Amino acid sequence: MTSRTPFLIIVFALIVTGISSIYYRHVEMGVPLTAGEQIDIWQIEAEIEFTGKNEPVNAKLTLPKDPKFELVDEFTASPAYGVHVFREEDKSEVVWSKRQVQGKQTLYYQASYKRAINPEKEPAPAEDIVADVWSEPYQSSAQTLLNHAIEKSGNQQFLVLQVLNIIKTDNQNVALLLSKYSKTEVFVQLMQMAKVPAMMVSGLVLEDSRRNQQLIPLLKVYINNGWQMFNVENGELGNDLPILVWQQNSPSLLDLVGGRNSKVVFSISHSTQSALQEANSSATKGDFFDFGLYHLPIDEQNLFKGILLLPIGALVVVFLRVIIGLKCSGTFMPILIATSFIQTELINGVVGFLLIVSVGLVIRSYLSHLNLLLVSRISAVVIVVIGIIVLFTVVAFRMGLTEALTITFFPMIIMAWTIERMSILWEEEGGKEVLIQGGGSLIVAVIAYLMMDNYLIRHWAFNFLGVHALIMAAVLLMGQYTGYRLLELHRFKPLAED
Amino acid sequence: MFDFVSPFKLRDRGIMGMNQRNFSYIGRYNDRALYPNVDDKLKTKNLAIDCGIAVPDLLGVVRFQFEVNRVFEILENHNGFCIKPAKGSGGKGILVILKTDENGYMKASGDYVPREEVVRHITNILAGLFSLGGAADVAVIEALIQFDPTFKGLSHEGVPDIRIIIFQGYPMMAMLRLATHASDGKANLHQGAVGVGIDIATGKAKRAVQFDRPITHHPDTDKSFADVAIGNWDRMLNLAAGCYEMSGLKYLGADIVLDKEKGPLVLELNARPGLAIQIANGMGMLPRLKHIETIDHRRIASIEDRVAYAKSHFND
Repeated sequence: MTSRTPFLIIVFALIVTGISSIYYRHVEMGVPLTAGEQIDIWQIEAEIEFTGKNEPVNAKLTLPKDPKFELVDEFTASPAYGVHVFREEDKSEVVWSKRQVQGKQTLYYQASYKRAINPEKEPAPAEDIVADVWSEPYQSSAQTLLNHAIEKSGNQQFLVLQVLNIIKTDNQNVALLLSKYSKTEVFVQLMQMAKVPAMMVSGLVLEDSRRNQQLIPLLKVYINNGWQMFNVENGELGNDLPILVWQQNSPSLLDLVGGRNSKVVFSISHSTQSALQEANSSATKGDFFDFGLYHLPIDEQNLFKGILLLPIGALVVVFLRVIIGLKCSGTFMPILIATSFIQTELINGVVGFLLIVSVGLVIRSYLSHLNLLLVSRISAVVIVVIGIIVLFTVVAFRMGLTEALTITFFPMIIMAWTIERMSILWEEEGGKEVLIQGGGSLIVAVIAYLMMDNYLIRHWAFNFLGVHALIMAAVLLMGQYTGYRLLELHRFKPLAED
Repeated sequence: MFDFVSPFKLRDRGIMGMNQRNFSYIGRYNDRALYPNVDDKLKTKNLAIDCGIAVPDLLGVVRFQFEVNRVFEILENHNGFCIKPAKGSGGKGILVILKTDENGYMKASGDYVPREEVVRHITNILAGLFSLGGAADVAVIEALIQFDPTFKGLSHEGVPDIRIIIFQGYPMMAMLRLATHASDGKANLHQGAVGVGIDIATGKAKRAVQFDRPITHHPDTDKSFADVAIGNWDRMLNLAAGCYEMSGLKYLGADIVLDKEKGPLVLELNARPGLAIQIANGMGMLPRLKHIETIDHRRIASIEDRVAYAKSHFND
């Protein structure tokens, strides 16, 4: 059967497209797999204070560059200053400038950061490390300390721990070095002498509602193929608080020309935001997999949220008919009934549906005695259905049954057509067949509703369009299913038993 | 209700399921462009007349609403008649009038209907109430079948017919469909009609079922099915096999009635015949379908050859 090959290719392509699009949306764009997932957003405000010297001012603030964090948004507040944000590969900075500045000045830079979904790996350091040579006697003291540490450690990792321990002791070599250098500087020097890549960085501890924070000096050491951070001045780093690396390899945090008494302090606040909203708002326009759905006006988006549920309903219908063998009238009708149930809620929907259809059937049987042409009869049924809906709504409202008001959500034409089909069926095949097919349609509609109303499925249907490619593949595959339907196993039972 | 049988067991017995019928036989063998040949009864009738296939006489056709009253002119000359939609399906919209007298028109059930009822029925047919997809339709008025006394006491309140499945022109499986009170005079098995499996080789009854369960006697008349045999069986098989050339469809169900005077007549053809025939015969269709698929169809066999082949290979 040669005709199967292209079919299988199409199905395979649909599955691959579906899965890769879901993967891309989740892993690359960070669309969460479950609805209502929250992500942490850190809002950091840098406050720069200085006193103007009545001359032009140029203030450069180095901006953080930490691959573990992603910038969500930023803004600056600084009246009458010209502001530019420069973003370059190795260094980003914001520059304020003003022709003449006198007196106390305050500049603000505010940025929101979230954890990067898949952080870029930091490059491995260059192989050849050349340590500075300190003046004597500091250089020999350092060498002694290092030799001491090397002796007591088996590998790089232990060496680092050993050096950390030694710096904390009141060894006289340590005391000598600390009289001139900071602990961090000593540590970096020792590491570089031992050919272990290490550098000084400054970072900000991200803790909610902190004000007047300073950058803290930190150490980054390359061990086991990864950079690890240490706080040498104040001991260990708390694992629970994230640290944003602000400065690395850059000369200074603030570079101020034309002012004095400059000071930079940070305040931090933490908030959470819907991960979904965040992922969609940060999606670049024209992204291949999002098809611009999220850039549509909200109204249209809501419309699509409804439309994109229909394939789920179709899948249910195909499954129940082809695999289970349930009888229902029409293919699309149960899906449409299910969409009305979404508006009305299940119980109200089923009760309303049964009420309208049964009253409609009675009235329609009278109409059939009037000897009308088909078109005018269906139109008459539509008008009668409207009448029934109005009547039920008014009566329910009078009785205080506000739930019944949702009956108005039923699409008129679906009700009229259901009544029409059911009454033809009744005349032709009897009430039993009406029960079988009508009941079948209702069961299919209820199952389709339960699927379509599931918040997780709704989330997936709208946010992962790849799901629809998978549904398409499943529907196509089921179209080729030639096995028995479940209910046929019951129907043909007598045949297998003789 | 919820006792199921293993699908492997069904497969072993060669029983064809609905999905396999739709996909492997109807979808593969029946050209959709040929469907109107069987879905439009007027077209079927004209084709049958051209091909020399015996069908009930056509008394008249009502195509337009203004013609509706003309039907009574046609009917004046005929006592009993049958009004059906040309594009109806599953026996929908068929009005059978046994005789006309001063009380009005008598239906098969013995109830009388007034003239207005007949007019309304035709109006409904023209509007497409019974046709597939609700398309506008025409009403076909046919002569009534004077059914053969062989079936006396076997069919209750309705005409018995013989459904023969023809695959690639070979008659393959047959059943006699008998109306019951439960089926309200209709011959559809799912409505409660009795299906009697018929041996292709001999035309004799094998077993009978109602509502998919085996029975031995007619539920209304209590007549035994054991010695039912269809007279003129060869002629019936030839008629059925000829429907293949006439319709062009390779998987086909032919509904044939036995008229007292005219012998077997093709009442209706069906491009999607149901699967209950397997239950009536107590056997699956797949072995026979597969058997016919292995025959070399490049050399065109005559109707007689095909019938003879079927009779020698499909005896039970």
